[in-house]
Amino acid sequence: MKKTMYEKIWDSHLVVEAPGQAPLIYVDRHLMHEVTSPQAFEGLRVANRKVRNPHSILATMDHCVPTKNRDLPIADPIAKKQIETMADNCKSNGLNLYDMKNPNNGVIHVVVPEHGFVHPGMVVVCGDSHTATHGAFGALAFGIGTSEVEHVMATQTLPQQKSKTMLIQIDGELSKYTSAKDIALTITGKIGTAGGTGHVMEYAGKAISKLSMEGRMTLCNMAIEAGARAGLVAPDQKTYDYLKGREFTPVGDNWNKALAYWQSLVTDEGAQYDTVVVLNADEIEPQVTWGTSPEQVTGVTGLVPAPNDFDDDIKSEACANALEYMGLTAHTNITDIPVDLIFIGSCTNGRIEDFRIAAEVTKGTKVADNVMAIAVPGSYHVKEQAEQEGLDKIFIDAGWEWREPGCSMCLAMNGDELTVGQRSASTSNRNFEGRQGKGGRTHLVSPAMAAAAAVAGHFVDIRNL
Amino acid sequence: MEPYKKHQSIAALMKRSNVDTDQIIPKQFLKKVERTGFGKHLFHDWRFNDDGSDNANFELNKPTFTGAKILLVGDNFGCGSSREHAPWAIADYGFNTIISSSYADIFYNNCFKNSILPIKVDKQKLAELMDEVAANEGVTFVVDLENQQLITPAGNGLTFDIDPFRKENLLAGFDDIGLTLKHIDKIDQYEEKHKQAYPWLWN
Ligand code: SF4
Repeated sequence: MKKTMYEKIWDSHLVVEAPGQAPLIYVDRHLMHEVTSPQAFEGLRVANRKVRNPHSILATMDHCVPTKNRDLPIADPIAKKQIETMADNCKSNGLNLYDMKNPNNGVIHVVVPEHGFVHPGMVVVCGDSHTATHGAFGALAFGIGTSEVEHVMATQTLPQQKSKTMLIQIDGELSKYTSAKDIALTITGKIGTAGGTGHVMEYAGKAISKLSMEGRMTLCNMAIEAGARAGLVAPDQKTYDYLKGREFTPVGDNWNKALAYWQSLVTDEGAQYDTVVVLNADEIEPQVTWGTSPEQVTGVTGLVPAPNDFDDDIKSEACANALEYMGLTAHTNITDIPVDLIFIGSCTNGRIEDFRIAAEVTKGTKVADNVMAIAVPGSYHVKEQAEQEGLDKIFIDAGWEWREPGCSMCLAMNGDELTVGQRSASTSNRNFEGRQGKGGRTHLVSPAMAAAAAVAGHFVDIRNL
Repeated sequence: MEPYKKHQSIAALMKRSNVDTDQIIPKQFLKKVERTGFGKHLFHDWRFNDDGSDNANFELNKPTFTGAKILLVGDNFGCGSSREHAPWAIADYGFNTIISSSYADIFYNNCFKNSILPIKVDKQKLAELMDEVAANEGVTFVVDLENQQLITPAGNGLTFDIDPFRKENLLAGFDDIGLTLKHIDKIDQYEEKHKQAYPWLWN
């Protein structure tokens, strides 16, 4: 039978399929951060269970860590306790932790690929919905809840229902300054935040093979925003070149064995998907969200919609609510929306390529009056690389703040946040009410679009610069 | 885990779609290292005014919904972040049943780990149930998981679908890990093969 990549990975990880029970699948890699793990360790302790395979786990601290004054003790006592609990749990269970002071520290989904910890064909889980990022390597990677974190630590398996498959075929080519982020937002706008529910998405087509590994990570990262369980891109030469020589990548004979396996994972010609969506990259323009859900998005040349632009009652009501929360008037030009704060960072767009393109736009400019702009590298390695290339100077000269790595304003748990009514252009992945601070208003964009908005003080069509 | 028992209780109505887990339990409450005590923060930003008093306009603050165990809510409930704090908060607040036309995958899974029954109904049926509650706030529904029945006074009840394995576990209050460990031999065997095939993952 002809199989999709998802089906190949699923079949090879099936441990047992007992009648009347959910199939158990094997987990190769388990990623961890400080927010969704403490209760799982507590559960293990209470039940007197052990971590089955400590070597399968890589942990970091990212959600609560400060992006300034890292040398000072953490001011928030509860965040401090969470950080300390993480360190204790990792130590007592013998887990590899890149703590706040470690040179490998950063946002989990940025750090893990840097070390080659995820390979094609693996099953990868993390108590974090953006685990889908690692699908960029052709791994089946998905977010799980804390009870499941505990389950994987204890058994190295998970009871799972098999997902449906969805092919997202993107033909054509992106223009300069449109990016993986714009593809991701276009998909979410087209199929909606529940459009991928119950599915694993595989991205294919010319526009996808042309994307860098960083771009593929951005794209897969937001599969969850379209409701999908996971996103996948078939491994190719770019994948292998990226992995080669990294810390957890096989070497010598094992490399050849691994490579042969990875190459066998690609979807068979003629395999069937449950759903197929086709888009053309030529038609994708830079995207800006106007509402409080990632599906409330339009091209930069577009207008903020009005509630009666939608036929569907629920969408119409959601539009009305979003306009009120966002403080926007229907039919405003997207390019007339002013911004107060620019955030470049997160596991969606906090990689070196993101800072390179943003620096290219920023070079020789000044941040507009009354605008604050912060650049938060996804990891210390991204930060170092950017500094070697002199990108930090470009941002600093233009009036940006150049911070230490972490999740920062992506979810505003560490004290970096919007105040009530403040409006951001953000390269993160979620524009939910209050996501970046209570009453804060978030517009999701690509790094190039964020950098351009910093100069103008409002959104601009990056293609005209 | 608590076994899930047949019950009759008030159904609270939240006529909102795409309610995300950031709304269910805002991030400022995720720093705890325990599993308990999240109920008082459920829907915090909607539920409370800036001065900490109850927001009288928020649905769940209506006296007619006090003590509700059933939450009737719009499409795509629980989307966004995977935080299990969301079902912890829902259960701790006192809900053990949710009725909606669809749920985000991770949230749906998480419910079953916390003795919450998420019932899926079609959109038409959901609208009827919502109308029934709106017309008569404080009305009680009966949820009978054993027989997969939802019974309402106006006769909008139905037989709902649920995965049989999950149903058994909810009814018995089984712990998933204990169930999986019954297959420990199979896991050991799988791992032996895994070591042979991918030795580089085991150094
Ligand atoms: S950067 Fe944002 S989305 Fe990514 S792991 Fe951190 S909080 Fe989650």
